[in-house]
Order: sequence, then structure tokens, then C-alpha cells
Amino acid sequence: MTTEARKTHAIDINALNRADKSGRDKFDTCISVQDLNLFYGSKQALHKVSMEMPRKKVTAYIGPSGCGKSTLLRCINRMNDLVDGVTIQGKLLLDGEDIYDKNINVAALRRRVGMVFQKPNPFPKSIYENVAYGLRIQGINDRRVLDEIVEKSLRGAALWDEAKDRLNDNALGMSGGQQQRLVIARAIAIEPEVILLDEPASALDPISTLKIEELIDELKEKYTIVIVTHNMQQAARVSDYTAFMYMGELIEFGETSELFTNPSKKQTEDYITGRYG
Amino acid sequence: MDNSIINQHISRQFNKEMEDIRNKVLTMGGLVEQQVDLATNAFMSYDMESAEKVIQQDQLINALEKDIDHECTEIMAKRQPAAFDLRMLIATIKIITDLERIGDEAARIAKMTMRIEAADYYQDKYYEIEHLLEMVKEMLNGALDAYARTDTEEVIAITAQDHKVDREYTSITRQLITQMMEDPRNITRALDMLWTARALERIGDHSCNVCEHVIYMVQGKDVRHLTHEELEKTVNEGR
Repeated sequence: MTTEARKTHAIDINALNRADKSGRDKFDTCISVQDLNLFYGSKQALHKVSMEMPRKKVTAYIGPSGCGKSTLLRCINRMNDLVDGVTIQGKLLLDGEDIYDKNINVAALRRRVGMVFQKPNPFPKSIYENVAYGLRIQGINDRRVLDEIVEKSLRGAALWDEAKDRLNDNALGMSGGQQQRLVIARAIAIEPEVILLDEPASALDPISTLKIEELIDELKEKYTIVIVTHNMQQAARVSDYTAFMYMGELIEFGETSELFTNPSKKQTEDYITGRYG
Repeated sequence: MDNSIINQHISRQFNKEMEDIRNKVLTMGGLVEQQVDLATNAFMSYDMESAEKVIQQDQLINALEKDIDHECTEIMAKRQPAAFDLRMLIATIKIITDLERIGDEAARIAKMTMRIEAADYYQDKYYEIEHLLEMVKEMLNGALDAYARTDTEEVIAITAQDHKVDREYTSITRQLITQMMEDPRNITRALDMLWTARALERIGDHSCNVCEHVIYMVQGKDVRHLTHEELEKTVNEGR
């Protein structure tokens, strides 16, 4: 007989049958990297990297220091253009459009592809102005519009409750974890398509780290997210797909659940289990 | 014995912990094998001393199960293992449950032996189960070997044996029913036999489970609830 505590859990046999048969989500490519080579001067940092990153999912890059994961991440919004002596070959398509094409407006590209760095870098301005900054640059100065977007962005970055009573305080007075979420709020205020996160939690304490991870999970409802992390458990927790890179090469790319339980390449296995490579 | 896959971590402490778990599982497996031997010998040769020993030693198996379980949990909490390490711990937790059950079956045979009245004991007449016993012991041994060697080379032969064990069990049952119908005085003995045969058949099933867990550990494939043909195909695909 079903006891009181279990009564609400009605067993739906049809649902169980469906769950058994339903396949995986369709893979909708947002970013496509094709045979990408990158050189810093004469030193090659990326070797023929090819992969497809799905829309509104989290893709994590893992690998030892110097493996090229940050370099690859920076290619997605052309941050490497700012480095002297960089040569890039191959293609990187965002929604089917090559972002290294001559006709691409880089400023417009970076509006579509936001980025958050390891160390939070808020402007020495008020919390409100930090979030509103990108909008003001775009010429939006209507107070009501700004108020609305600032609130929406802060809510989106799970910071509203902590910040709503101190919007005019200097952002530099916030804790590291709050600053990092503020930077994320600043990034989403201009409604990008893709958010790049370069070790977003490595300078934060465990609680703030969990808040960022929780936030990533919420953000993927609306944005395509690519994250670089040294923390493999973090990659396992937050991402849907994981790419393992080593010495500038993409060794393995696949669903996170598969890559962390049953990787297909020995190099991946050695790295994620902490063995000698 | 190739255990290099366990010993390649950068952290030597991690190597030691994994090695320790593996050794304990093999100790537990050896003890379980011994229990099955001892219990069936006690049953077939009416050896009360051995029967009693089996019942006592069952506690050791239970304690090992708890101990290994605890160590696996601790490693998971401390080291967040991935890939082979994770699969080995998960498989180990399941394998020791099966081993503990095999221990229980041995204890069951021992307890039953102690209940048989001396007057009812039929010397040398429990021959029907000998063949079944040999097959089951082979399966258990093979399953433990596969775990020790972390390879799936032999497991298909072991899981194939399970069908033979099932057939043997059915045939013993039929034989015993015939004996009971022929002469009701046979019923007590036949029932003892039937319970023992049943326990052995279960030991075969648990050994098969161990093999399935080893396949998961080595190849990362879940082969539970497959037909033998499907299992064979899945395992061979990974080679």
C-alpha cells in the first residue's frame, strides 16, 4: 500500500516509457570553428582547431596552462586583434558568418559577443553607471529606459537584491563575487548573443563561485556561453559540452557527461583523472 | 598483474587509496570464494564444524562491505574522481553488494546444513549439485579475476556460463520432483537439495552481475538487462 508520504508521487507509466525513448536535443550550431591556426609571431598557439558550439548551451574549454584555451576563447570576439604579431588562418563562423571577414565591424561583433575576465573589472563608477555604460555609449540616455534595463540586467545577474538599495554607491566597494556578477550584468545589459567567460570564478571564494555557477545555469536560457576554467569539477558541473585542449590542439570535444565519465582519448582520461600524461 | 592504471596518478596518496580499495575487494572476494567452498563441503559431507565457521565468518564479509563502501564514499568526497577512477568506485560499490549477497547464500547453505538431523543425513547422496557447484565456482573465480586484471577478455565466457547454470538448475529441480513423487520419504532430502541448488544458482547470477560491473568499469558501457548476444556485441565493439 502506498504510504502517505509517497501518495503525491503518482506513477505515470506513459511518461516513463517516453523518457526511455526520447532522444537527445537537436544540436543547433551557434559558433563554428573551422581549421583555425593562430600564431603569436612565429610561434603557433592553435593548430587546426575545428569544433561546433551549440546555441544556448554552455561549452567549457579545459586543459593545462598554455594549451591555447584562452587564446581560442579570445578568437571568438577578436580580442587577439589587439595583440601585436598575431596571425590567424581558418574560419570562425558566428551564426554562419565569418567574423574574420574584412567587412565585419569589430565593435558590432563585440556587442554580440560579451566577455568576462578572471579578475572583475568594474569601472570606478556607481553600480548603476557600470551597468548603464554600454547603453549610454549606444546613445541611450532616457532615464526610464536605463532604469528598466539596469534592473533587468542586475536581476539577470542575480545581483538585484543585494544592489538595489545602493545603486549609487561606487562599484569598487562591492565584494569580489558581487563585482564579478556586476560585470556580468554589464555584459548582458547590451543583450549579446554569446557570453565568453575566462576563468570567471578562479579569484572568488567557494560561495561566490557557486553563485556564479548558478548564474551560468540561468544565463544559458538566453545566451550561448563559452567558459574557460582550470577547475575541472566546475567544467563538469556547469557545462553541457566540454573541449579538452593540449598544446594548441583540440584533443576531444563532446558532451560533458560523456567526457567526464568515459572519455574516448587517453590524453583526456589522463588529464581529467590527474595522471601523468 | 597489471594494475598500472590505478598507479599513474600524480598524487601518490590517491594511488594508495585506490590500490587499497582494490586489495580489499580482492580480499573480500577470496573470502567469499572460501565461504562457498566451505559451505558446500559442509553440506555434502555433513561437517558441522565447517558449517559453523561459515556462519561466523559471514560477519567478516559484512564488515568488509561496510568498510569498502565507506572508503569509496570518502574518495568521492575528497577527490571528485572522473573517468576510470569514477567508474571503478561506482563499480566497486556495486560489486561488493553482490559479493556480500554471495556470502549470504553461502551462510544460508551452512545454516540449512546445521538444521539437517543426523538421522536424516544421506551419506554421499548429494551428488546432483556437484556439477552445478563446479560451474558456479568457476564463474565467481573468473569474475574476480576480471576485476583484478581490469579487463573484459574473459567475461563473455563467464556470462555465457550463466545459461548453462540455469539449465542445470532446472534439470536438478525436475530430477528432485521425480524423486519426491516416487517416494515421499525423499521429500526432506530433496527440499534440502533444492534450496542448495537455488543458492548456487543465485551465486551464478551475482557473479554475472560482477562481470557486468567490470565491463562498466573497464569500457564505460552499461550492459545490464541485455540478452547475452547483445552483451557480447557491445563488449566486442569496445575492443
